[in-house]
Amino acid sequence: MPFRELEHTADRSLRVWARDLPALFSEAARGMIALAGIQAAPAPRLRRQFETSAPDAESLLVAFLAELLYAAEHEKQVYHVFRFLHLEPGLQVEMEGSPLVSMRTNIKAVTYHNLQIRKTRAGWCVDLVFDV
Amino acid sequence: MVAIHDLVQITAQEWEIPKTFRADMRVPVRLFASRALLEQIVDDRSLEQAVNAATLPGLVGHVVVMPDMHQGYGFPIGGVAATQFPHGVISPGGIGYDINCGVRLLVSSIEADAAAPWLDQLAARLDQYCPSGVGKDGLVRATQPELERLLHEGARWALKQGYGEELDLVRTEEGGCMDGADARKVSRRAKERGLGQVGSVGAGNHFIEVDRVETIFDPETAAAFGLRHGCLVAQIHCGSRGLGHQVCTDYVQEFQAATRRYDIHLPDRELVCAPMDSPEGQAYLGAMRAAANYAFANRQVLTHAIRRAFEETFAGKVKDWHLRQVYDLCHNMGKIETHTVEGKAVKVCVHRKGATRAFGPGAPGLPDEYRTAGQPVLVPGSMGTASWVLAGTEASMLRSFGSSCHGAGRTMSRARAKHEVRGDALRRDLETRGIKVRAGSLSGLAEEAPCAYKDVDAVVEIVVLAGIARKVARLQPLAVVKG
Repeated sequence: MPFRELEHTADRSLRVWARDLPALFSEAARGMIALAGIQAAPAPRLRRQFETSAPDAESLLVAFLAELLYAAEHEKQVYHVFRFLHLEPGLQVEMEGSPLVSMRTNIKAVTYHNLQIRKTRAGWCVDLVFDV
Repeated sequence: MVAIHDLVQITAQEWEIPKTFRADMRVPVRLFASRALLEQIVDDRSLEQAVNAATLPGLVGHVVVMPDMHQGYGFPIGGVAATQFPHGVISPGGIGYDINCGVRLLVSSIEADAAAPWLDQLAARLDQYCPSGVGKDGLVRATQPELERLLHEGARWALKQGYGEELDLVRTEEGGCMDGADARKVSRRAKERGLGQVGSVGAGNHFIEVDRVETIFDPETAAAFGLRHGCLVAQIHCGSRGLGHQVCTDYVQEFQAATRRYDIHLPDRELVCAPMDSPEGQAYLGAMRAAANYAFANRQVLTHAIRRAFEETFAGKVKDWHLRQVYDLCHNMGKIETHTVEGKAVKVCVHRKGATRAFGPGAPGLPDEYRTAGQPVLVPGSMGTASWVLAGTEASMLRSFGSSCHGAGRTMSRARAKHEVRGDALRRDLETRGIKVRAGSLSGLAEEAPCAYKDVDAVVEIVVLAGIARKVARLQPLAVVKG
């Protein structure tokens, strides 16, 4: 899997890596869903589009993940398939998913703590800290 | 990384990271800890986070860190920072996502020995009446106009709906209502999240707990607080739920641009901030206070549910089953207060992130009956271990911006705790020790295992020896309800 949990005393942290930025965003979303222990129903299929703008990729990533958290917690919808139409300067993504069945961990928020998307030899990498 | 040798020891319980440690520090960092506690936390990043917090513009005095400190995000948990009012900054991340997460303590005159046969029933009723766990709705579904009123009125709103009694408000920090709340500054999304969660505990380390007053250290203050040796008490630990999380998320996002606009340079983007007297700062203050009021109302509704559980369990079995409130306090808040800094009274915004207000005797804002004793300081331990009732002191006003510790403080990650502890074994262990446990999830229980936390007695010993709080009573857990 292109993500793994990092040690954090109180909250939860993930390292995510991918070959390009859209893949990094997608894997960060899947990593967060795994971290929260979210189970989704096989059907019916849900679709929605999300658009936002921000001055940098880190802010776009936080906004994107926060949107997914809101959808899961408040709307009981889980999105895990993503098609990025734009990513930088503005984010536009088509998302596919299904209804939420259960969620094990309440992630309160996606934080900016030491958040930096890094270019690596293999692609892109980011460490995320979630408030739980 | 900050190492122990970078710290200057001031007293046996007080250490300093001098301003010269890093060029961007504006004030020193003062830590309350023993060497043993320092050695426990030096491996995580809490000291580095305290140094980062010391770079905020407009800080006065020093950044204070409590002995229950541990790594958080942006600020360390256990951090206290005061910025000059009104030109200094306010930092949403320095208050946290769970705005006005706090603790409420209720006391009874029910002898724990007499209550023993019905503790199982009580735990079951608390579990039934106090919704807890991930995604659980609250006891009240507010309409949009009701939510608007709640955000301005706080616990008073709950009282108007029949949840509680006047004395509850008197014995709540800020009377259960922050002045200056502005619901217009709370986003639509935050309000949507808040509509259905009034009267819910949430998950993580939040809980309802029933304890027995095990030891009284200060009979006079204990009597003022209504604590009786051997009697049952109840604690609530929860906050502003999804509404507060969303308010902080919104403003941390919005302040990314504000920080650039005001040409503020920070070592961590989670510390983003804006001057309090800027439009951005004012908007956040209004929204934060509204979220704080939501948390006060939330704990007020839960108080009603706990009283119902006590009444149904003990009516006819004991003479008096009523629960009286000792105090309700906040440990994730930004408050405008006046403190003495370098001999002068200065108006500041005290950011407390995982730290409790601990005002000493005679301080403004205390209920009349606590004016001599000082503010009750409620320090819940880790699950299955003791909790403490302390009182604020004059020294806390001078040395820690009227603040003290808020709990035991984690030492082990949740992932490691789950790896090392089995939830079912932990539950059996707690039950063997006479502690009734109602938990929605065994893995959630394992995450909160006592071994994942510091020894709360050691933490309390530090704040007491440092003089920023004094011991009133120690509580022994009998029943825990958590999500």
